[in-house]
Amino acid sequence: MLADKDRIFTNVYGFQPWNIDAAIKRGDWDNTKGLMALGQDALIDAVKASGLRGRGGAGFPTGTKWSFMPKEPKADRPNFLVINADESEPGSCKDREIIRHDPHKLIEGALIAGFAMRARAAYIYIRGEYIREAEVLFAAIAEAYDKGLIGKNACGSGYDFDVFCHRGAGAYICGEETAMLESLEGKKGQPRLKPPFPAGAGLYGCPTTVNNVESIAVVPTILRRSPEWFASFGAENNRGTKLFQISGHVNKPCVVEEAMSITFRELIETHCGGIRGGWDNLLAVIPGGSSVPLVPAAEIMDCPMDFDGLKKVGSGLGTAAIIVMDKSTDIVRAISRLSYFYKHESCGQCTPCREGTGWMWRVMERMRTGDADISEIDTLYQVTKQVEGHTICALGDAAAWPIQGLIKHFRPEMERRITEKRGGGLSPMMEAAE
Amino acid sequence: MPIVKVDGVEVEVPAGATVLQACEIAGKEIPRFCYHERLSIAGNCRMCLVEVKPGPPKPQASCALPAADKQEIFTNSPMVKQAREGVMEFLLINHPLDCPICDQGGECDLQDQSLAYGRGHSRYDENKRAVTEKYMGPIVKTVMTRCIQCTRCIRFAEEVAGVEEIGAIGRGEDMQIVSYLEGAVTSELSGNVVDLCPVGALTSKPYAFEARPWELKKTLTIDVMDAVGTNIRLDSRGRQVLRAVPRINEDVNEEWASDKTRHAVDGLVRKRLDTPYIRKDGRLTKATWDEAFAAIAAVDAGSSVAAVAGDLVDAETMYAAKALLASMGSTLLEGRQTGMDYDTSSLAAVNFNTTIAGTEKADVILLVGSNLRWEAPLVNTRIRKAIKKGAKVFAIGPETELTYKVEWLGADLALLGNLPEAVTETFASAERPMVIVGGAGLKALGAALALVSPLGLVKDAWNGFNVVHMAASRMGGLMLGFAQKGGIADLVAAAPKLAFFLGADEVDFSKFAGSFKVYVGHHGDKGAAAADVILPGASYAEKSGTYVNLEGRVQRGERAVFPPGDARDDWTIFRALSAVLGRTLPFDTLDELRANMALDTPALATLGLASFDWAPPALDASATGEITGYPIQDFYLTNAICRASPTMQRCSSELVHGVDFAEAAE
Amino acid sequence: MAEAPKIPDEAETRARWGAFAWTEENQKKANEILGRYPKGREQSASLPLLDLAQRQVGAETQTQGWLPVPVIEFVARQIGVPYMRVYEVVSFYTMFNMAPVGRYHVQVCGTTPCLLGGSDDVLSACKNKGLIKGRTTPDGMFTLTEVECLGACANAPMVQINDDNFEDLDYDKTTAILEALATGGTVTPGSQTGRRDSCPAGGPTSLTAMVDENHDYREEWA
Repeated sequence: MLADKDRIFTNVYGFQPWNIDAAIKRGDWDNTKGLMALGQDALIDAVKASGLRGRGGAGFPTGTKWSFMPKEPKADRPNFLVINADESEPGSCKDREIIRHDPHKLIEGALIAGFAMRARAAYIYIRGEYIREAEVLFAAIAEAYDKGLIGKNACGSGYDFDVFCHRGAGAYICGEETAMLESLEGKKGQPRLKPPFPAGAGLYGCPTTVNNVESIAVVPTILRRSPEWFASFGAENNRGTKLFQISGHVNKPCVVEEAMSITFRELIETHCGGIRGGWDNLLAVIPGGSSVPLVPAAEIMDCPMDFDGLKKVGSGLGTAAIIVMDKSTDIVRAISRLSYFYKHESCGQCTPCREGTGWMWRVMERMRTGDADISEIDTLYQVTKQVEGHTICALGDAAAWPIQGLIKHFRPEMERRITEKRGGGLSPMMEAAE
Repeated sequence: MPIVKVDGVEVEVPAGATVLQACEIAGKEIPRFCYHERLSIAGNCRMCLVEVKPGPPKPQASCALPAADKQEIFTNSPMVKQAREGVMEFLLINHPLDCPICDQGGECDLQDQSLAYGRGHSRYDENKRAVTEKYMGPIVKTVMTRCIQCTRCIRFAEEVAGVEEIGAIGRGEDMQIVSYLEGAVTSELSGNVVDLCPVGALTSKPYAFEARPWELKKTLTIDVMDAVGTNIRLDSRGRQVLRAVPRINEDVNEEWASDKTRHAVDGLVRKRLDTPYIRKDGRLTKATWDEAFAAIAAVDAGSSVAAVAGDLVDAETMYAAKALLASMGSTLLEGRQTGMDYDTSSLAAVNFNTTIAGTEKADVILLVGSNLRWEAPLVNTRIRKAIKKGAKVFAIGPETELTYKVEWLGADLALLGNLPEAVTETFASAERPMVIVGGAGLKALGAALALVSPLGLVKDAWNGFNVVHMAASRMGGLMLGFAQKGGIADLVAAAPKLAFFLGADEVDFSKFAGSFKVYVGHHGDKGAAAADVILPGASYAEKSGTYVNLEGRVQRGERAVFPPGDARDDWTIFRALSAVLGRTLPFDTLDELRANMALDTPALATLGLASFDWAPPALDASATGEITGYPIQDFYLTNAICRASPTMQRCSSELVHGVDFAEAAE
Repeated sequence: MAEAPKIPDEAETRARWGAFAWTEENQKKANEILGRYPKGREQSASLPLLDLAQRQVGAETQTQGWLPVPVIEFVARQIGVPYMRVYEVVSFYTMFNMAPVGRYHVQVCGTTPCLLGGSDDVLSACKNKGLIKGRTTPDGMFTLTEVECLGACANAPMVQINDDNFEDLDYDKTTAILEALATGGTVTPGSQTGRRDSCPAGGPTSLTAMVDENHDYREEWA
């Protein structure tokens, strides 16, 4: 188990106040000026050295991402940092804990990251439904301004940097970085075509980096404790600590920070009181939020929870939102509900996603009740393949993968429902021929 | 310039080209729905997917991907074929199979492309989505269940028309295209969305269920509803023109047409003059051609004869009238019916010198007394393009919504002699400045011309002085000499015994009370009502004619249908009359007429931009007086054809006078 | 838009809301919101201003608020954006109500993590209290909506009622909350099982030192 002293988010459960005095006492805002004095390039190098990979799901190396930003921004085209707090991926609930219990880690991280990428300001885009969380964040930002930690001459560093909070209004798609920029510009959250990438033309057409809340909030601690410290956790290429969010059929669902590459079994045993009904009762796990394919019990149990380990079992770490399903689960319904989610959240812009999500959900609902033909399982699979990789953003992929995972691992269950509904035995082909 | 390989063939493409354009250069057809050359790139239909190396192992939207050097593009690989089939299937799952009752049938992108790129069967077993119809105004009929959400109409309204009244509400599969609160779209260009719509979601309301495209005879001609000279195609069946659609002409109308151009055609079969009339005892009574000609001959006018050309007539008609008058010994010709008397000693001074297409390049524009949106909608769209590239627009005149940001300086023409510093400074730093004098500014032509040198309007390869005319016949008429120094007042003063009105309906006929008035035209409008003799002529759809647009572009249109009843081609009327009057004109065919006309006015014989030497006259540069209004009171009812058109009447009541026709779904 | 409520008659809303303007307090907030975005980028304020307007409508109607067309147009004028563009935005985001809602907007999360945690029970508790999905109760107290993941998955199942989350629910707890709200009783937002936010039930498995004091771990860094 990760030692408490090595945890970054020490107030993750909010036993202590979030306010600035308490945060400073916990170590935030400690000589931020000194950290900034390392210089922009050194900061980016340090983040690169730490091995930090984006915590929003795609796992792109954070330091490398920052290095794409122009080194000499033009006066009329300043650099922007946008922090993605539009936490809407089913299963994910970590940014919420950071924002409501440790907001100063995020604000300090915003300053340092913004400084490192030569940004003029950071916009924190928080999902609209996090109403109380946004209240905390607004108040924490105000505290930081009051103390001169951000704003003009932030922390006495001589660098001017603003941090603004922007509330969304209910759209999962705004978590996609270009949709977020559209939304931040006051429009419908419809993803943009890439290229141009945000680092070239992002918010207001200016160079922009979009980072996840957790990616930014861990930065000050990484710098204070050294990149090597951070890189000492987790397997090669999967470094650091990570907030895991465990929901579903464990005895004690929770959010907890652990070292990367911890095995699923250890994570669940240590923090979640085990699987409901014991390990034999485990059916399957969605290990990285709703967008990644599920993994059946046998394959997940001793799998290291990191980017590479989960990729090996045909899934992904995503946001490390672990949805655990025991054998009482109606697995087809669980995935069908996700299909409904994607149908509901599709922005409607591009054809495969707009039309495909609805089609997939409708077939999934019939799969759930068994009102289908066995051949439709293959059709459904082909439809998911027809959506995947053909859309503007990744929502199409995200809608396709859970179904592909289901078909891959639970096809017999789907077939069973169909044949039982038909009174068993009767071959669907024979019926169709009548 | 990048060199790319398309299906193994190397092609060089212009820098900044997209992969789709590269494929087109290589001669490969790329199916598309949302992509349109004249609109911003949306990349949402996903039909144009191609395989590109280097790149991610998935197909790329070619419309949005920049072509890069050494790129390898595959347009017919298995990956591409599958991707197209997939997208096509998605487009069709919620598209109704109602082609037999769809007006788009036969000219439907979805139909054509599904045949070429689709699978031939659907695996979709669920219920199809149904969407309620939306009201969009008198021009656009909607069947929204057919919509494939390509957003071309939204982009057109926002980018070209400048009227952000169409949008997509909701999201996901519930996304619907609507006009704001389902009101009528208040654009003079709304009909273009019908052409842009790749499916049958937006179709033409006046043309609904009229014909199938393959039944139509297609005639290439020129529009006469304004002085832009929009290149159009008239689609007719039998003796009736059923619709007018724009042709592509980059120099003139690109591929747009105003709603008036498109939909005034239903006025061509209403209120027509199909037989000669003679006024007897104060009442117009039907007559034969011989009787009508005899009545005119009986006037025995000698040389006391005048002719007024209306707004819609072609150069041939005007030339025939001019030739007849000349044979009688008169040059009393005028085309400016409403009484304008601006100097016409130099045609360059009353021409749109920058050219319509050149307007796009302007960096600052001063509008003088012009409601350009109504006077020349397709010049207005060019100004929008100039603004997109950074141009600034000032205007003198009463404030009106022109669909772009304008700095209104006031309505006093005295401003021309005393422009605010902000204006002069902007002009001083401009490279391609423009002044555009509109209908309400022409009385201050001298003051406007006086700006040429201080504002630096004319320089090498750039002439920024422009006059906007509103009549299709105007420039041709001026070239033929249909202008008196004092305007139509000179004709009144001459008190001619005989006066010809060539489709002229806007004249104050009371001033010609003493003249024997002969109306040669096609509609029973104001001119016919005032006439002593009516000689039924042909409308623009019924004759081959030459027109000169506001930039001096000589264009020729062809006959689509025959005139109704006893009506005749206008020039033949003058030719026949000349014989009765004993002054037989020297042409028996249209070609002979044109040959004669070419001798009279050589510029009319060469299609394309006529060149007018820039030699502006020295005129009185003082200008005073408030512009109280613009000449066009009602865009939809500017001439006899429009006034006879039920569609234009409806547009007028709804869009100009605010009558509420909005009905719920039909 | 099968589930979408009917948008109220335009003439009626124009009569009622045509004169909508910020209250003095909200004018200050609106100015502050506009101050967050660069000059010329006022459109960025569309979401926060619409939210503010919806809240003001809510305060005036003693409900959770909605956005009548004249109010949408008011916001559009504030930021200088065509009505259509703002109307699109309102229709795109789920938090903007295009039709009136009740005093309490009960938003039950039904996405898979909550489904696994028992959101069916939460919904049936609502149903048995007379709440119908997509509708407002006749007394105007409750509007029930099944929403997508609200980001409290470790505390599933949950419901958001107006601005507060109620988490770790079951049938009885949901019923109790609805009854308390209906009768004007007090409810406590957050976890209904008494655990501390997303901490494992029964006490933390880590960071135990934080429970009683604001512990500074820096001394233990090595």
